[in-house]
Amino acid sequence: MKVVADIPSYVKCRHTCEASLSASRCFRFRQLLKEVSDEELFASGHRACSGCACALAIRLALKAAGRNVIVTQPTGCMEVVSTPYPETAWRVPWIHVAFENSAAVASGVEAALKALGKKDRVKVLAFGGDGGTVDIGFQALSGALERGHDFVYICYDNEAYMNTGIQRSGSTPYGAATTTSPPGRESFGNRTFKKDMPRIAAAHGIPYVATASVAFPLDYMEKVKKALSIRGPAYIHVHASCTPGWGIREEKSIEVLRLAVDSGMWILYEVEHGRERVTYKPAMKRPVEEYLRLQKRFKHLTDEHIAVLQQYVDERWKEVFGEGPSP
Amino acid sequence: MREMLHGSKAVAKAVKLCDVDVVAAYPITPQTPIVEYIAQMVADGELRAEYIMVESEHTAMSACIGASATGARTFTATSSQGLAYMHEVLWIASGMRLPIVMVNANRALSAPINIWNDQSDSMAERDSGWVQIYVETNQEALDSVIQAYRIAEDREVLLPVMVCMDGFVLTHTMEPVDVPQKEEVDRFLPPFEPEVKLDPEEPVTMGALGEPQWYMEFRKQQDVAMERALHKVKEVDAEFSRVFGRGYGVLEKYGDDDAEVVLLTLGSLAGTIKDVVDGQENVRLVRLRLFRPLPEEDIAEALRGASVVGVLEKDIALGLGEGALCTEVKKLCYDYGIDARVLSFVCGLGGRDVRMEDVEHAIQVCRQAARGEKVNRTTWLGLREVAP
Repeated sequence: MKVVADIPSYVKCRHTCEASLSASRCFRFRQLLKEVSDEELFASGHRACSGCACALAIRLALKAAGRNVIVTQPTGCMEVVSTPYPETAWRVPWIHVAFENSAAVASGVEAALKALGKKDRVKVLAFGGDGGTVDIGFQALSGALERGHDFVYICYDNEAYMNTGIQRSGSTPYGAATTTSPPGRESFGNRTFKKDMPRIAAAHGIPYVATASVAFPLDYMEKVKKALSIRGPAYIHVHASCTPGWGIREEKSIEVLRLAVDSGMWILYEVEHGRERVTYKPAMKRPVEEYLRLQKRFKHLTDEHIAVLQQYVDERWKEVFGEGPSP
Repeated sequence: MREMLHGSKAVAKAVKLCDVDVVAAYPITPQTPIVEYIAQMVADGELRAEYIMVESEHTAMSACIGASATGARTFTATSSQGLAYMHEVLWIASGMRLPIVMVNANRALSAPINIWNDQSDSMAERDSGWVQIYVETNQEALDSVIQAYRIAEDREVLLPVMVCMDGFVLTHTMEPVDVPQKEEVDRFLPPFEPEVKLDPEEPVTMGALGEPQWYMEFRKQQDVAMERALHKVKEVDAEFSRVFGRGYGVLEKYGDDDAEVVLLTLGSLAGTIKDVVDGQENVRLVRLRLFRPLPEEDIAEALRGASVVGVLEKDIALGLGEGALCTEVKKLCYDYGIDARVLSFVCGLGGRDVRMEDVEHAIQVCRQAARGEKVNRTTWLGLREVAP
C-alpha cells in the first residue's frame, strides 16, 4: 500500500506564504523551518490510506515536537494503521489504551513525569480523532483541561467516525452524508452543525487553544510548538480530511482542506491567554459550493441546503473578519 | 506501632509506606475515606506523590495506566459502580501487564441503588486478569497492600492486584493495627523499576493492535502470569511473615481438621463464622484469601475429608442460581475427585446483616445434607418472607 509519508513535501515557506501574510510572519516561518526536526518520528510504511491528512497531522506535529515527547493515542484509524503488532510507525514513546481516554492517559503520564522528576525534559502530547474528542472522549478531555495538566491535546478532525466506516459524530458538518446520516426521502444528511470544540476548550480558561489545518503546515507546526512551550494545558483542533470518508481523490486532500479555509468553512485562529487572534485570513473568500463540490459526501445537497451552509459561513466570517462577503 | 485504625486509614498508611508515586482516584462511598486520608497526607507533605483528582473512575484507571506505563508506582481505590465503570480499562491494565494496585471497598451494585456491602462488584471482574485478594481485617488490608506491590511488580508476574475489603464492615470500623516501620517496608519492597517504560531515551510502543495472528499469545501469556502469581503470592506472604511476624497464606483453615461439614467464605464474614464454629462440633471454616488466581490445589487440600461444603458468599450469579465462588468450588471438586456435596448460601447482599443465626442455619442445612436428607442446592440466608 502506498504510504502517506511519501506525499510530496509541503514544508516549504513559499507554499504557505500567501499574499495576505506579512513579511514578519514569513520570516517566522523561515525560522520555524530551521527549528523543526528533519527526522521522521512518524515513520513511513504505516497502513493509512494514501492521501490521509490525519497521518500528516501526526507527522507534522511530531516534527514540531521533536523527540522528547510521550504520545498518547485513542483507539481509531491512526492507532490501527500505525501499530499492527509487532510493527510500529512511532519513533517516540507511544501508548494507546482505549477510545475515550487519551486525555486521561496523558494525565497519568504527566503526573508520573512530575513524580519522577522528568517533567522539565519530556513533553506530553495527546492525540484524538473527532469522535474520540468531541463525543466519547469529551469528559476525559474536559477533566484533563480543567485540572491543568501540562500537556498538549491535538484533535485531528476528519468529521466522522472513519475507522468504523464513516458514521456521523458531533463534529460532522451540516448536510454531510455518512452511513448513519444518509440522505434519503426524509433526510438531507446530517441535520446538525459541527460542535464548536475549540471554543468549548477555550471556555476551560486554559492558556492556549488553536485551530489549524493540515493544508497550512507551517501555521499548524508553529501552533504545536507554541502549545508545547506554554506551561499548562493546550488544545489544538486540526482539520484533516479522510479520502474515503469525504469522497475525495487522494491527491485532492490538501486542495480540499485549503478550500475549507478559503471558503470560511474552517477558520484558523488561536486563543492565547484569553486573547483571540486570527492567524490566517484568506485573500479572497471562495463560495462554500466550491468546497462542497469536490466531495461526494455533499453531492446530494440541494441549492437550498447549500444556501443554509453559505449563510452559516457568512455569519461566522462576519463575526471573525468583521466585514462583508469578499474583501 | 500498634494503633486503632479504620480500615480506610490502614490502607492509606500502607500507600504511604509503599512510597506510591501517583494516585488517581474518584470518590465513591464507602471508599471515600481512603482517598480523603491520602489527600490529607499529600496536602501535609507526608506522602510525596502526585495526586490526580479525576472526574471519573474510568479516568482514574486510565490515568493509573498512563502513570504506571511511564514508570511510576501507582495506586487507586474504588467501589461498586466505580469498579463497574472501570470495567473496560481493568482489562486493558492487565492486558498491558501494568502492576497497578487498587483497593476495592466491596459494595453492592445497582439497581436498586445501595451503598452497603456485598461482593458482587469485584466478583463481576473475576475474569478481568487482576489478582484478587479478599481480606478479613484492617491489619490484613494494610499488609495486603504492601504485599500487592511486591506481587504485581515482580517481573515474572506483572499483573495488577485488587485488594478487596468489605465496605463499611472494614473501611469504617476501627481495629488495632500494627503499622510496620518505614525502614522495614523499604527493605521488603524495593523501588519500582520497570524493565520497559515510556521514555524518549528508549522509545517503545505500548497498546499496539493485536491482530488474530497475535492476540491469543497475549492472552496465553496472561494466563501463564496468573499461574506464576499463585506461587508469588505464597512466596511473598512467606517472606512477609518472616519479616513482620504475621502471614496469611492463600487461605486460612479454622476449626477441627476432621470435621465433615466445611464452610467456605471470603472476607470479613469469616469473623462471624469463626464465632459460630467455635461453639459447634464437626464443622470447620476455610476462608479463601486469594480468589484470583484461584488456588485450586490448596482449596482441594483444605476440603479433603468433607462430605458437605457450604459456600457462604455475598454475591449471586444471576441466571445460575448460586454464588459465583460456589460454582468454582463444584468445578474444582470435579477436577480433584472430591466427592462432597457443595451447597450455595447467598447472604449479606446489599448490606443485609449476616447474623450468627444465619450461619447456624447454614450449618444445619449442611448437616441435613450430610445425613442424606434432601436440601436445596441454594439457600438465601436472612431473606424476608415474601408477602402473599
